[in-house]
Amino acid sequence: MNPLLTALPAAAGALTDSGQTSTAEAVLFWVLAPLMVLAALGLLLARKAVHAALAVIFIMISLAFMYVAQGAEFLGVVQVVVYTGAVMMLFLFVLMLVGVDRSDSLVETIRGQRWIGVLAGLGLGVVLAGVVGRATYDPPVGLAEANAPSNPEAVAHVLFADHVLAMEAVGALLVVAALGALVLTHRGRLVPKVGQRERAERRLRDGVHPVSLPAPGVYARHNAMDVPALLPDGTPLESSVPRVLRVRGQEADAREYAARIDRVLAGGWAVGAGTFTSDDEYVGGPQGAVTGGVVVHDPSAGPDGPADRPTDAPTHDEEDGR
Amino acid sequence: MSLTHYLVLAAILFAIGATTVLLRRNAIIVFMGVELMLNSTNLLLVTFARLHGNLSGQVLAFFVMVVAAAEVVVGLAIIVSIFRTRRSASVDDVNLLKS
Amino acid sequence: MHTLISLTAPAVLPAVDPVVAAPEWSGGQAAVWLVALPLLSAAVLLLLGRRADRWGHWLGVLASAGAFVVGVVLLLAVLGQPAGQRVHDVHLATWLDAGALSIDAGLRVDPLSLTFVLLVTFVGTLIHVYSVAYMEHDAARRRFFAYLNLFVAAMLLLVLADSYVLLFVGWEGVGLASYLLIGFWNHHTPYAVAAKKAFVANRIGDVGLLVAMGLLFATFGSLDFATVEAGAVSGDVSQGTLTAIGLMLLLAACGKSAQFPLQSWLGDAMAGPTPVSALIHAATMVTAGVYLIIRSGAVFTAAPTAQLVVAIVGAITLLFGAIVGCAKDDIKKALAASTMSQIGYMVLAAGLGPIGYAFAIFHLVTHGFFKAGMFLGAGSVMHGMDDQVDMRRFGGLGRYMKITYFTFMAGWLAILGIPPFAGFFSKDKIIEAAFVPVDGQPWRAWVFGGVALVGAGITAFYMSRLFFMTFEGQKRWSRKKDGSEQHPHESPALMTWPMIVLAVGSVGLGWVLSSVGFVEWLEPSVGHAEHGEPVLAVPVLIGLTLVAVALGLVLAWRHYAVSTVPVTPPLGTVVTRAARVDLYQDAVNDALLVAPGQYLTRSLVYGDKAVVDGAVTGVARATVGVGDVVRRVQNGFARSYAAVMVVGVVALAVVVLAVRG
Repeated sequence: MNPLLTALPAAAGALTDSGQTSTAEAVLFWVLAPLMVLAALGLLLARKAVHAALAVIFIMISLAFMYVAQGAEFLGVVQVVVYTGAVMMLFLFVLMLVGVDRSDSLVETIRGQRWIGVLAGLGLGVVLAGVVGRATYDPPVGLAEANAPSNPEAVAHVLFADHVLAMEAVGALLVVAALGALVLTHRGRLVPKVGQRERAERRLRDGVHPVSLPAPGVYARHNAMDVPALLPDGTPLESSVPRVLRVRGQEADAREYAARIDRVLAGGWAVGAGTFTSDDEYVGGPQGAVTGGVVVHDPSAGPDGPADRPTDAPTHDEEDGR
Repeated sequence: MSLTHYLVLAAILFAIGATTVLLRRNAIIVFMGVELMLNSTNLLLVTFARLHGNLSGQVLAFFVMVVAAAEVVVGLAIIVSIFRTRRSASVDDVNLLKS
Repeated sequence: MHTLISLTAPAVLPAVDPVVAAPEWSGGQAAVWLVALPLLSAAVLLLLGRRADRWGHWLGVLASAGAFVVGVVLLLAVLGQPAGQRVHDVHLATWLDAGALSIDAGLRVDPLSLTFVLLVTFVGTLIHVYSVAYMEHDAARRRFFAYLNLFVAAMLLLVLADSYVLLFVGWEGVGLASYLLIGFWNHHTPYAVAAKKAFVANRIGDVGLLVAMGLLFATFGSLDFATVEAGAVSGDVSQGTLTAIGLMLLLAACGKSAQFPLQSWLGDAMAGPTPVSALIHAATMVTAGVYLIIRSGAVFTAAPTAQLVVAIVGAITLLFGAIVGCAKDDIKKALAASTMSQIGYMVLAAGLGPIGYAFAIFHLVTHGFFKAGMFLGAGSVMHGMDDQVDMRRFGGLGRYMKITYFTFMAGWLAILGIPPFAGFFSKDKIIEAAFVPVDGQPWRAWVFGGVALVGAGITAFYMSRLFFMTFEGQKRWSRKKDGSEQHPHESPALMTWPMIVLAVGSVGLGWVLSSVGFVEWLEPSVGHAEHGEPVLAVPVLIGLTLVAVALGLVLAWRHYAVSTVPVTPPLGTVVTRAARVDLYQDAVNDALLVAPGQYLTRSLVYGDKAVVDGAVTGVARATVGVGDVVRRVQNGFARSYAAVMVVGVVALAVVVLAVRG
């Protein structure tokens, strides 16, 4: 920052005798100005609010450049810090809060509003541009004198000497605004907070499950998440499977696993090793399992097979047999 | 290049900002339109300060920035609280004035 | 009576100024009770409601009788004073005090008002007693007596008031009470309409009284009788003003006394119960107009034109009522027509000037007795004949209702003016007075005298017709409403005794009053008039009158007693048919007043709707329309508002640029 501030003053805001800007500044302007107008149109037309915000950020940074070029280095820095750094970030935060992926419909709902808006905007632009463009000004003075010794220092002199009262008032305004934002966004708690202690107490009061639910796979000779635990009498315990899996219907049948494991222990090692994910394979009994098992060993059928296959066993066998 | 170009640019940006306010329904974009109008005014002020060799314009622009910051804080807070109660950030949905 | 006779001597003294009033007189406060007693009774009866049903009628009788007693006491007190001090103005309170307008509530107790008080309370009490029996089967008897008391109270206030304003209160009270009583059976629509008609006709007269009061106040600055009399006598007031006042007072009197052209309500007023008819026709209401004219005698004396109009109106009504009476078959309506005619006599007398005032009052008193008697008799007949009122359905009743027959006969002979019945003394005096020539206008004596004479003949005809059709001839009875045979019977004692008392009055009152100097007794109030000589000698006049009466009587006898009376009315001549519908008075009223009035009202309503309401609703509609348009701008969308602002800014900038150059 220091090199910027020290490097620019000589050039920034300097004017030729005829009141023209330097060529460098003209280049800067002609590069930035069309982009800024395009970005402004982007704000006007962007479907997504985030894009609009980005366009505005671009405009603001460009403006900071222009401020610096016009001998207002302090303002340029403030522009970046306050607008781009604070205000636009605030905008983006709120956008996130409100829903960033919502894109606006540009269909107009108020009758005639679009035409009125376009015409009024055009009219405003024409009138304002016409006024400021066609007005005759005194020869530009330039800030070379006023900015001595440096722009921030000179601004500070004006700000804290001539406008000190306004400065104080604006400071108060900022505090009040911050307070106002707090008040506006504050939400009173309507129900008491529920913490760990409260949850535990409620669970005990209800008496259904005083302790945590049983983990899946316990006594199921298998520890996969989708395999229910078995009770001592061998019946599967539904509630041991995570709720999400149950809702999705991805729960495995514990008896099948038990039977399969028994079979494996009995010697059918290789058979059906890869078919554990499918329940349908074993409908047909030991014979079916043998034929099915051979096919499933085919690597191409492995990943997509079971879920997409029809549950119809005969068709399945036919297909497999091919 | 004369300084008038800056003024014309400021006028165009101002007009586009105003049009944004009129045409967009998303309160946040409308708000950004307002910010754009304020910024174009700041550009105008800075240019005039240079034109007259008087730093008061820059100081005024500074005040505008501060007030705009305060305004943004409060305005966004309002938008957030409205969104919370109505699940909408459209300015057209806030039409209780119609009665 | 002894007192009265003994005190007539001073009354014959030279004329006294009627305006002079004795200022201090403690007895006058008692006069308040005259009004207060019936008024309190009416209030009690109305306020207590059903709780007073069992004894309410007796309270009414008591209140009326009490007022009569107070009246007698006052009479004795007044008689105890010399003739020159018999006019008492009793100041009660300051009523209105607003700048130049200061009105005191006060009562005037003088021979004139006392005469009325005694007539009203005495006849009124008898009618009260009669009503106890007559209304026995009516569920609303208590209410009836409350209204009767109200009627009496209002009439007493009217005659006792010492200023036109207080008189107006009584005047309106009488109008209200008559409305309530005529429409007593207002569940029957024609009766309610009749009550409304009476009320509206009276309102027209009231307008006259109001205008007269306004003129009086503008002219004299006060409305009490004393000031007005003094002002009228003083001669400071122009003829035109006095004539206008007189005519307006006459209009008021016409409304109240059913004189031409406001007489149409009287026949319909028969819708009320018969005692009400008796009260209206004999003692109260219709006499109020005569009272007003005589009380304002000073004004009329000072305005000969108005006085002449009074006489003309009286004469016209006299003939009008008589002609109508000849054609009516409804016994009550025939009696009503006779009342109209007799009041016409009184108004004619009042129009003759001071010479006739006393005779008008005299006839009013005697008429009050015999007409009340006849109305009560008619009520008795109706009572016995199942409320039948068509005389063509009567006949031969004299044998079945002896008391009614004889009492009615007394009234009949009295109204005919057969000596020595009461009517002879009063009516013949009026005829005599009518024949007295006025300076410079000899025609007046012949015209008014002739009318009065002919009227007497016609009166004899139609009253005899009524009497013969009802009590003589053969039976033409209809069946009862329930289909059974008529059994005419005499009424109970409570009804017959009042009739007997009134019959006694009809027989003897004329002689008694004329012999005790009734005319002189009235002089402090009505002034003294020199007796002028009629254009014909008095015995000749009496003879002519009697001949006319006899002619009418014989004619009626031949037609309605000897020959058969058809049960359904024959078509009759043009005159008869016209008389049956009151000489087309209602039609004329409808065509001349009601129809244009309704047209005017309708056009006013239309104008009100189109112009006034149109303007109002137009403004409202325009406002709504503008609001409707403006409302569309206020659509609640912040962006629209912003658009308006931007458009405004652009327009403003364009304007500024255009102006600046």
